[in-house]
Amino acid sequence: MTDAAIEQAVQGRSFWGDAWARLKANKAAMVSLYYLLFVTVLCVAGPYSVPHLYTTIYPDYVRTPPSITAYPKADMVETALGDAVKRMRVELKSWQQEGDRITVTVTGSKKLDERNIRYLDRSDTFDDARVESMAPDGLEMVMSAAIKQQYFLFGTDNTGRDLLSRTLMAGRISLAIGLLAGVVAVAIGVVYGATAGFIGGKTDEVMMRIVDVLYSLPFIFFVIMLVVFFGRNFVLMFLAVGAVLWLDMARIVRGQALSIRRQEYVQAAEALGVTRRGILQRHIVPNLLGVVVIYMTLLVPQVIILESFLSFLGLGVQEPMTSWGVLISAGAKNIGSANWMLMYPAFFLVSTLFALNFVGDGLRDALDPKDR
Amino acid sequence: MLIYVFRRLLTAIPTLFVIVTLAFFLIRVAPGGPFNQERGLSPEIKANLEAQFGLDDPIWLQYVHYLNNLLHGNFGPSYNLPDFTVGELFANGLPISIQLGAAALTLALLVGGTLGIIAALNQNKAGDYAVIATATAGSTIPSFVIAPVIQLVFGLTWNLLPIGGWNDGALLNKIGPVLTLSLPQIAIVARLMRGSMIESLRAHHIRTARALGLSRWSVVVKHALRGAVLPIISYAGPAAAALLTGSIIVETIFAIPGVGRYFVDAALNRDYTLVMGTVVVIAVFTILFNLIVDILYAVVDPRVRYD
Repeated sequence: MTDAAIEQAVQGRSFWGDAWARLKANKAAMVSLYYLLFVTVLCVAGPYSVPHLYTTIYPDYVRTPPSITAYPKADMVETALGDAVKRMRVELKSWQQEGDRITVTVTGSKKLDERNIRYLDRSDTFDDARVESMAPDGLEMVMSAAIKQQYFLFGTDNTGRDLLSRTLMAGRISLAIGLLAGVVAVAIGVVYGATAGFIGGKTDEVMMRIVDVLYSLPFIFFVIMLVVFFGRNFVLMFLAVGAVLWLDMARIVRGQALSIRRQEYVQAAEALGVTRRGILQRHIVPNLLGVVVIYMTLLVPQVIILESFLSFLGLGVQEPMTSWGVLISAGAKNIGSANWMLMYPAFFLVSTLFALNFVGDGLRDALDPKDR
Repeated sequence: MLIYVFRRLLTAIPTLFVIVTLAFFLIRVAPGGPFNQERGLSPEIKANLEAQFGLDDPIWLQYVHYLNNLLHGNFGPSYNLPDFTVGELFANGLPISIQLGAAALTLALLVGGTLGIIAALNQNKAGDYAVIATATAGSTIPSFVIAPVIQLVFGLTWNLLPIGGWNDGALLNKIGPVLTLSLPQIAIVARLMRGSMIESLRAHHIRTARALGLSRWSVVVKHALRGAVLPIISYAGPAAAALLTGSIIVETIFAIPGVGRYFVDAALNRDYTLVMGTVVVIAVFTILFNLIVDILYAVVDPRVRYD
């Protein structure tokens, strides 16, 4: 037998290697994980690659249905042209379309101004307007303009903003808030719970009674009070929301810390004279980490729902910044006339929540020591 | 038992007192007041308004007044809805919220319970997976998505239900809100029931009952269900309290004149008395339903005795 073969035989799998292998075997969790990665990349990079800014307003395209072909549609050209000509305060005599350019003849009772073509350029439908010819008396003018091709894959909203870039931007905010508040909640919860669990005795008793009291107040009351105190500054608010959500984490970590402390291997380490710090590093923290990771993946969807809920009530993210909750709220108010405003953001929100839940469940199965 | 109930009701008084005190001072600490509107009132008018409602008294005096009024069943006037007292607002809105909440709770327990039992009896088979998938969907999709989708599908596309409004409690108007309220609860109840039923079916007395040749129906419904229903009871208590006191999302989307909106609106407008009224109502419901849960526990599980 060679040395290499012996090494191979002796090498065990680490806790994390084992967990990763279990997670990889869980199809739903892996698909969800890849989906989450996909959504994250889409939301982070997407807004840069969509030709419309999430704040740009297109007055000609208010509540335009989603379409994979380019706008304007045939009948929209005439409407947009009519609007532009009305703004010029002249009469539309005739117009015709050749390819992607239109030629327009207008007449007026007073002498026409060549600068009128800017009204065509200002419209979202036309581009590159030129004066072709002007009648000698100045009462008739021929103009031409290119039709601007625009894509609104997800349609547009109430004020004519592209829903695709808004949905992606909203995803960025929703995911970022979920992570931010999640990390804050986990950090406070772990420190608080671990302290209570380790020190034990009277300190533990007092610390946990405080948690009980905070638990008994209605959660929504807390959140509303935070909104009242922090105003509508959403970064501060979500730090605060994170600071409210730590209660569960503290309880779980405390329980876990208490039970790990009583394990024989910790007693053995103590008997062998390992320092407190050493025990913490080698035994307690790695064993706590599993629970923390699981809880964190389950906390992020909770925060995203909470954020959407607050934004839905108009208390969270403020316009023109947006989040999935803001978009769904606007969509819910327009379901009669523009159901895509609800459907796309809702699909993104719900699919992300599903994926997060599946990953959380998968991690629980992979990391749960009871299952091993 | 009666003595136990009486004792529990007595211990509820200090709890309620702590909650009322905490809420009273918390909302007062918040910046602004009920008469700080966007269009500012002139200082004289504001001072007069505040004097009328006793808001110019020192805070401890206001607190004593409030407690005194509360003990006499008087919740005080609403500052922002000046035509109503807080008591009247609840007298009008609470029955509506309770009707919807009670219907949703009943639906959740019946449907969720049945689904959970079906899943447990078919563990790791197609039926089980179907229930788990439904439950996952139900508990993942937030109600502010479910509600507009119900409006869109049943109201606008199929024209079966009105998209909103209360319409004096017409049956059709209740279906959407009740469905929205109950779907997440159905999901949770089904999950709980599945878990506890699987455990209950493994118990020795169930094995004995099967060995004695009892019918499947009798084993499941008479014997296993009794043991399995305990976690559902302890979940249903707080859930009932939350459902009956109204949901802001459902009542906003379906335009239901219940009490769900009061809390948020009142807190944002610093309508102190209405905030306090809402806190008291929610606290009373929570305490009451926790008591009912404990009593039901003793009824279902004879090993639990309160003496």
